[in-house]
Amino acid sequence: MRNVWTIASRELRAFVVSPVPYVVSALFLIIMGYLFALILITSQEASMRPAFSNMMFVLLLLAPALTMRLLAEEHRMGTIELLLTSPVRDWQVVVGKFLGSLITFALLILGPTLYYPLLMKFLGNPDTMPIVTGYIGMLLFGSTFLAIGILTSSLTQNQVIAYFAGFVLLLLLFIAEPATSISGQGPLGTVLSYIGIQKHYDAFFSGVIDTIDVVYGLSVIAVSLILATLVMQARRWR
Amino acid sequence: MSTDQPMIQVDHLSKTYGTYEALRDISFQVKRGEVLGFLGPNGAGKTTTMRILTGFLPPSRGNARVAGYDVFGDSLAARKHIGYLPETVPLYTEMTVYDYLDFCARLRGVVDRFEAIERVMDMTNIGERADTIIGKLSKGFRQRVGIAQALVHNPDLLILDEPTIGLDPAQIIEVRKMIKELGKEHTIILSTHILPEVSQTCTRVLIINRGGIVAEDSPERLAARVRGAEHVHLQVANAAPEIATELEKIKGVLGAQKKDEGVYEIETTLGADRRVEIAALAVQRGWGVLELRPVGLSLEEVFLKLTTTEENVA
Repeated sequence: MRNVWTIASRELRAFVVSPVPYVVSALFLIIMGYLFALILITSQEASMRPAFSNMMFVLLLLAPALTMRLLAEEHRMGTIELLLTSPVRDWQVVVGKFLGSLITFALLILGPTLYYPLLMKFLGNPDTMPIVTGYIGMLLFGSTFLAIGILTSSLTQNQVIAYFAGFVLLLLLFIAEPATSISGQGPLGTVLSYIGIQKHYDAFFSGVIDTIDVVYGLSVIAVSLILATLVMQARRWR
Repeated sequence: MSTDQPMIQVDHLSKTYGTYEALRDISFQVKRGEVLGFLGPNGAGKTTTMRILTGFLPPSRGNARVAGYDVFGDSLAARKHIGYLPETVPLYTEMTVYDYLDFCARLRGVVDRFEAIERVMDMTNIGERADTIIGKLSKGFRQRVGIAQALVHNPDLLILDEPTIGLDPAQIIEVRKMIKELGKEHTIILSTHILPEVSQTCTRVLIINRGGIVAEDSPERLAARVRGAEHVHLQVANAAPEIATELEKIKGVLGAQKKDEGVYEIETTLGADRRVEIAALAVQRGWGVLELRPVGLSLEEVFLKLTTTEENVA
């Protein structure tokens, strides 16, 4: 755990001096502020649910930008050789990177949006539970995005490729469920509808924490991080 | 581990990338306190060997032990004993020198990090740049930060891959001096394709070419071994046409070649010093000896001879 934290804290410092997280955060808040105001004014409803859904869509575009550097840059700069010849396990490097990006995501992306529910509390009377479960959902599913981004970052030395590969993988999770209209209700349809991500996070945003959705989120994170570790190991054999 | 156990024990190590054989069945030992030079042309397998020793690459066949630990099976234990400077110095350019060294020290579980960092900054002479962003340092300083990083956990074994590459002559001399100094307390392996570096810094040389070891000995003895025959340089004042044939009559002289007016190179059988006989003859004939000395092969010649003919002298 100490090794994981060593990697994570270095990553946090790298995020602090890099312009990327600030740009990502600024873009996110601009788009979200616009959407939040628009929906609030037209619906006149004190609910965070549409805002949360919009956040997920915007993150589809922005989350891979946070993670694209993490492993690709280590390979490009040769610093991976430092990490992989230190007495640190490969998975500790991957998990450390993940943790670093998660903390950055929570503080720089999710943190500033907390004023939306505060504003609603001030102006209206929103339900507290869906807001709390919504933010838990945002953390969980934001984490799945970051984990997938780390996986694609492990595959290449090129940050642009890491970004687009991450974006496409996330997009596939978004468009899996609509494909059930072609596949029908057979076994393939069941799989596709389980893979589809919207249904899982929507439950959180409406105030319901269901085991299956938690399992879904945690498994996407685990599979992505395990694959990223395997990719790192495979690159040694090359 | 016991003190007579070798620091590095490499047995029948091979590495293939696809169908390309980067290393073929190499074996060697490095004793504690040795400074071993890895010499070879680019692409000979120096970096591959070092990467296997440091646990960065797994071997295809064979095994290697560092400080008694298998570098693949017991990699983490082996890595604790190694300080490694890769060919491309692994620096995070956005960090300050101090933060970077602190990160490296934490990675390796150094307990008293402040003390350790002060010590290596002193050794590598980078203390004045502790708060400089690495990206703003010159190449020579970066190299020193790289060496400091390799030393921060006070490892038994230092592995330096081309430590002087890309430096200017003054920096090269400085780094070599540093390596010599470090060799007093650490076991060192360094790779290079620059020959004087080896004769200046190493106690033993291992010449590798195309993935195999072609020679292994001390720099001086290696030169002697490759010579095959002794050569003597003779210069006389009174050049006479019959000198060469007269010299060849001396027992043990294989041949005498006229190099210039009054300058001869005499080849004698290995291990036989015929300078006394040559001098006596010269005095007797009144040639007027100006110079008489044995000729040693430079390491450059040894290297070329070994790597171009692939002759196995070991």
